[in-house]
Amino acid sequence: MRNLKTAVMMTIVLTILTGLVYPLVIAGIAQALFPLQANGSLIERNGQVVGSSLIGQDFSGPAYFHSRPSAAGDKGYDASASGGSNLGPTNKTLIEAVKSRLKDVLEENPGITASQVPIDIVTSSGSGLDPEISLAAAQIQIARVARARGLSEDRVRDLVEQATRGRWGGILGEPGVNVLQLNIALDNIAPIPQKSGVKTANAAGS
Amino acid sequence: MAYPSERKPTPLWEPNIVRRAVIDAFAKLDPRVQARNPVMFVVEVTAAAVTGILAQNFLSARAAPLGFELQIALWLWFTVVFANFAEAMAEGRGKAQADNLRKTRTETQATLLRDGHEISVPATSLRRNDVVIVRAGDIIPGDGEVVEGVAAVNEAAVTGESAPVIRESGGDRSAVTGGTIVISDWIKVKITANPGETFLDRMISLVEGAQRQKTPNEIALSILLAGLTIIFMLVCVSLYPFGLYAHTPLSLPVEVSLLVCLIPTTIGGLLSAIGIAGMDRLVQHNVLAMSGRAVEAAGDVDTLLLDKTGTITLGNRMATEFIALPGIAPQELADAAQLASLADETPEGRSIVVLSKNQYNLRGRELAQKDAEFIPFSAQTRMSGVNINGRRIRKGATDMVTRFVVEAGGTVPPELTAIVERIARTGGTPLMVADGGRALGVIHLKDVIKEGIKERFARLRAMGLKTVMITGDNPLTAAAIASESGVDDFRAEATPETKLRLIREEQAEGKLVAMIGDGTNDAPALAQADVGIAMNAGTQAAREAGNMIDLDSNPTKIMEVVEIGKQLLITRGALTTFSIANDVAKYFAIIPAMFVLGYPELQALNIMHLATPQSAILSAVIFNALIIVALIPLALRGVAYRPLGAAAILTRNLLIYGLGGVIVPFIGIKLIDLAVTALHLV
Amino acid sequence: MLSNAILQVGLFIGLVTVISVPLGLYMARVFADQGTFLDPVLKPVERAVYRLCGVDPEVEMEWPQYAIAMLLFSLVGMLALYGFERLQQLLPLNPQHLGPLAPDLAFNTAASFTTNTNWQAYAGETTMSYLTQMMGLAYHNFVSAATGIAVAIAVIRGFVRRTSRTIGNFWVDLTRAILWVLMPLCVVLALLLVWQGVPQNFNPYVHAKTLEGGIQVIAEGPVASQEIIKELGTNGGGFFNANSAHPYENPTPLTDLIELVAIFAIGAALTHTFGRMAGDWRQGAALYVVMTILFLAGASTAIWAEQHGNPNFTKMGISQTATATQSGGNMEGKEVRFGIVDSALWATVTTDTSCGAVNSMHDSYTPLGGFIPLLNMQIGEIIFGGVGSGLFGMLVMAVLSVFIAGLMVGRTPEYLGKKIEAREMKLAMLYVLIFPAVILLPAGIAIVTKAGLAGITNPGPHGFSQVLYAFSEAGANNGSAFAGLNANTPFYNWTLASSMLLGRFMMMIPALAMAGSLAGKKAVPPSAGTFPTNGSAFVILLIGVILIVAALTFFPADALGPIVEHFAMLNGKLY
Repeated sequence: MRNLKTAVMMTIVLTILTGLVYPLVIAGIAQALFPLQANGSLIERNGQVVGSSLIGQDFSGPAYFHSRPSAAGDKGYDASASGGSNLGPTNKTLIEAVKSRLKDVLEENPGITASQVPIDIVTSSGSGLDPEISLAAAQIQIARVARARGLSEDRVRDLVEQATRGRWGGILGEPGVNVLQLNIALDNIAPIPQKSGVKTANAAGS
Repeated sequence: MAYPSERKPTPLWEPNIVRRAVIDAFAKLDPRVQARNPVMFVVEVTAAAVTGILAQNFLSARAAPLGFELQIALWLWFTVVFANFAEAMAEGRGKAQADNLRKTRTETQATLLRDGHEISVPATSLRRNDVVIVRAGDIIPGDGEVVEGVAAVNEAAVTGESAPVIRESGGDRSAVTGGTIVISDWIKVKITANPGETFLDRMISLVEGAQRQKTPNEIALSILLAGLTIIFMLVCVSLYPFGLYAHTPLSLPVEVSLLVCLIPTTIGGLLSAIGIAGMDRLVQHNVLAMSGRAVEAAGDVDTLLLDKTGTITLGNRMATEFIALPGIAPQELADAAQLASLADETPEGRSIVVLSKNQYNLRGRELAQKDAEFIPFSAQTRMSGVNINGRRIRKGATDMVTRFVVEAGGTVPPELTAIVERIARTGGTPLMVADGGRALGVIHLKDVIKEGIKERFARLRAMGLKTVMITGDNPLTAAAIASESGVDDFRAEATPETKLRLIREEQAEGKLVAMIGDGTNDAPALAQADVGIAMNAGTQAAREAGNMIDLDSNPTKIMEVVEIGKQLLITRGALTTFSIANDVAKYFAIIPAMFVLGYPELQALNIMHLATPQSAILSAVIFNALIIVALIPLALRGVAYRPLGAAAILTRNLLIYGLGGVIVPFIGIKLIDLAVTALHLV
Repeated sequence: MLSNAILQVGLFIGLVTVISVPLGLYMARVFADQGTFLDPVLKPVERAVYRLCGVDPEVEMEWPQYAIAMLLFSLVGMLALYGFERLQQLLPLNPQHLGPLAPDLAFNTAASFTTNTNWQAYAGETTMSYLTQMMGLAYHNFVSAATGIAVAIAVIRGFVRRTSRTIGNFWVDLTRAILWVLMPLCVVLALLLVWQGVPQNFNPYVHAKTLEGGIQVIAEGPVASQEIIKELGTNGGGFFNANSAHPYENPTPLTDLIELVAIFAIGAALTHTFGRMAGDWRQGAALYVVMTILFLAGASTAIWAEQHGNPNFTKMGISQTATATQSGGNMEGKEVRFGIVDSALWATVTTDTSCGAVNSMHDSYTPLGGFIPLLNMQIGEIIFGGVGSGLFGMLVMAVLSVFIAGLMVGRTPEYLGKKIEAREMKLAMLYVLIFPAVILLPAGIAIVTKAGLAGITNPGPHGFSQVLYAFSEAGANNGSAFAGLNANTPFYNWTLASSMLLGRFMMMIPALAMAGSLAGKKAVPPSAGTFPTNGSAFVILLIGVILIVAALTFFPADALGPIVEHFAMLNGKLY
């Protein structure tokens, strides 16, 4: 009985300590020291939040670099329903999906052969919110984006390089290109010509 | 009768024993017998189940692959029979020993003393506290204690040693063993054990394995084996639904084959044989143990207590040198010393006579013709000697002889002290010699270390055992002997209580202690020690206090006992490791075969390239059964033991039994598969 | 590519080694109350906790009392979490107005977090209010880890004490584990994570207008504080559904490294705590080496398998070879910033321990790559392991190894001078038995019943792997998943919760009982004849026994899952 009373009291005391005091203290310090990060690394354009530099977005138009396929939510890149496809390596569904994505990539980017297509651009990420693509995945899209925006390929290549994050400290992780930041940079220097057909984007801008 | 020649190990495949073991192996199929061994019980139950299904299929004339299933059923039964055979072999060999031990007693007649009358009764009817008289030529009818008389006894029946020993009432040589023969004089013996309770009886039942109780380590090991068996049952039970998902319904014979191959049948089948064989080996070394527990404890011993006398040294000090004082001819000293010792029948006295003869060619003289008066040693005077032709020659403790010289009007030169100290420092005993008022010199008496004892201690040290020498000598002498013999530690000026105290101290540190003792005053220490070996020639009190008896009364025997204990445990560990390691190969044989229908891809795991699924499963089952037979010699003889440090032994045995246990079945199963295929068995 | 892999793995395990030694020695001081630099700050807090809860820190407990205190505390905590989940709609800090959880899901989650499993049959961002996350889930992240540490310390005491009846005071060990070990590390590391981009706020979900004009709802919350304790306490329950693959939980390769090291840190340090308490650092180091070797073997296999990729993709001509511009390998379910090496490394680390957090989706791994996490769990989470549970699990395996092969040195087996006898064997076998029982039997039921089969989302052997993985993680209290399995059903919620509870407490109790039994024994001082448990022969033996016990128990099941799928994949067979 004494033990039970102690157990209940311990639970209450430790709940307050670890469940309330601790996160609030961290939040207080974090908001003071790193307000941008603590609030989700959000990116604003014209006072409107357009996303988070950490959270990937879906891009379908030819003038934007495309993100990886996503299994988050029903339509992909649902940042309130993260997750992967969870398809196994011998699952027909997966193999078929990759096959059709490859077909799309090759169609969207004429002149590119299958052997140039890196694996990440045809497979979905674990979070479904991967903000990055590999350098190779960006490179095969340069020609298309340049054409759609009327820019030289070199100019676009420069932008890709600017959006590229190397290995951390030259060692950790893999290099990647932040798609949202790259596309914002593109929009900043060369807004999409009217005929590109991304009406929603224009609507948002007007 | 057990003469030394018969105490040699029985040949492994002695035809009589094998014949009896084969019969016993089938008799032991009785489920009540098997239930004592959970692993083999499971095999028997599954064998019965498969047989049942087979019979049912046969009766209902269903077209099942009868040949394959029949063979599986047969080999499952063989597995049980082989394990039984191993146990029966061990018991048979034990029985052969026991029969030898037992033969002595059956027809013995005893002469019982009751109310002053002598009555002839069969030995088997004697009870505790009966007193019997045994005359020259009679067999002593039971274990007992001499209460009156002195006799020479031939104990060859139990020790194999044909030289007679003296047994007399009182003192440390009063115990007699049933089955031995009085060869001179007579003794009255008080019987100390009821029939069936004598040491021999207990040993007989131990080596026969009849009422063998499991030892603590065996119990722990059985728990491990039972646990593994349950785990594998879980594995096999769950495999059935897994198989259904893989579109492969598994048949009972196949599931059972996997189960029996996985559970530790090798060690499970050989475990009791190993234990019985361990007791058997002990008997071969003329040691009787009260219980298997004591043998196991022997393997764990950390500290050995050894009496100096008889164990480390030859038992008696010997004269090694005559050191004359200045102005005295060595010859004169030797002559006086010899004269003083002529009547001295102690080994020390005789060694003085021998030394003077060897060094100065002085022949022993008859004292009687010279009108000599012999002065015996006494505790008060602490010297002995002879009065002859007016000379008063004395030898003895330095201080007493010095006083003798001074009283006789002489003086002792200062050099004496230096000589005495030098001898004492080297562990020797100085014995001063004087002729009336003339101090002649000093005899150097020395303990002689037994040959080879140093190597034995090194061997024990390598095994991690600490040896402690117990002696009544002064610390200086003790230290010298300790360093010469290589013993790890010593206790000087020890009393019987010292042993008891030492044992308790060591035990308080968590150590296990073994000792050998013979006297009544050793009894408390023998009882306290974890392994107490009483010498057969010792007192009844000592024999009752110990948990082993050394029939040879050989104090160095303790070392063999420790090695046998260790060998017993090593054999168990080695076969357990081997048994478990075997499973790896069996998986590779059986799993691909089991699921060949649902998942033909798994044939990639058939790295032995076994011919067909059926031959693969059958081969694994056959291997599993035959390996028991193949390992019977190892179980009965024990794994070769080498006195190395634990780390070295471990590495060695892990390689042999661990790695070997993984590899051997791959080869074995492949060979059997080749044979099975060649013979078109499936 | 290979050199970078070696560099990353080497850097990681090097960091773990460098951190674990001082941390381990620090913990030895903490639990022996020998004074630490944090005492001036924490002692008053500790005293206040004891006063409030009526704990007398001077009174030690025998093992049954210790076990009862631990069980009662876990029960109360489990009920509290169940309450939070069922009533969260009535409580504050619920800006998304999330409703109550269904009873079976609430029970499953309560069991899951109480047992340090942190299996999530739900998606955090769509199910749990901030309050439930903090006071319900994060609380358990702390206390289930602290409970594990406490039990491990008690078990160590049992192994090293001589002729003692008691093994410590649960309340004291628990409090100290939280105040001195978990809390200080969490505060420092959580802020590091925020610096790298992990959010820590109480804002409602953000509605962003995407570049292409869509609306993206971005989940927010107090992520950092929960993220770090989830790794440090080897809990693994993610704030978000995608767990540490989510860029908010694990935004950069640096946070990835910090989190990886946090997962191993305490488990690794406890080996040194053990060595210090046993008075022979080599005893602890031997266990550390065993764990490291098993870890390296697993990590290299997983990295190799994943880097090798899926031959089905190769056939389409897609490049899976690592180059300067792409990681190559099997990227399905993996993040670009982590590539193959950090993903496979994480998969190994999270299943060596009972963490279960993931930064990539194990369900989409190649068969062999996914086999490593599965096997790690089946080994029993003792490669550094769950905080605390890893150490006492390893100690039980050490006892078992010593018994099996220790006989081969010719003595009754002993560990740290304590004789291993029938009672210890009984408890060790109980410990070893529970494990397959709570994995194989329910998996057998699931795989042939309608309710069980309904959850499978990948056909063929991979579907079996999903079920086997689920029960393996539950029994091992891991919490990672072949996440495709639709496990939020009454069948899986109840069965998995049972496996978790049995797999936690039915293994803790034998471990404590063994500690109690050993504590009462005298210890034999070591000699040349005793089995050396601090040398290389023991290391090899222990590795052998661990692998053989796991392999013998799970090989048939694994053969029907990942192994057969591997050969099927090589043959180009699809399901």
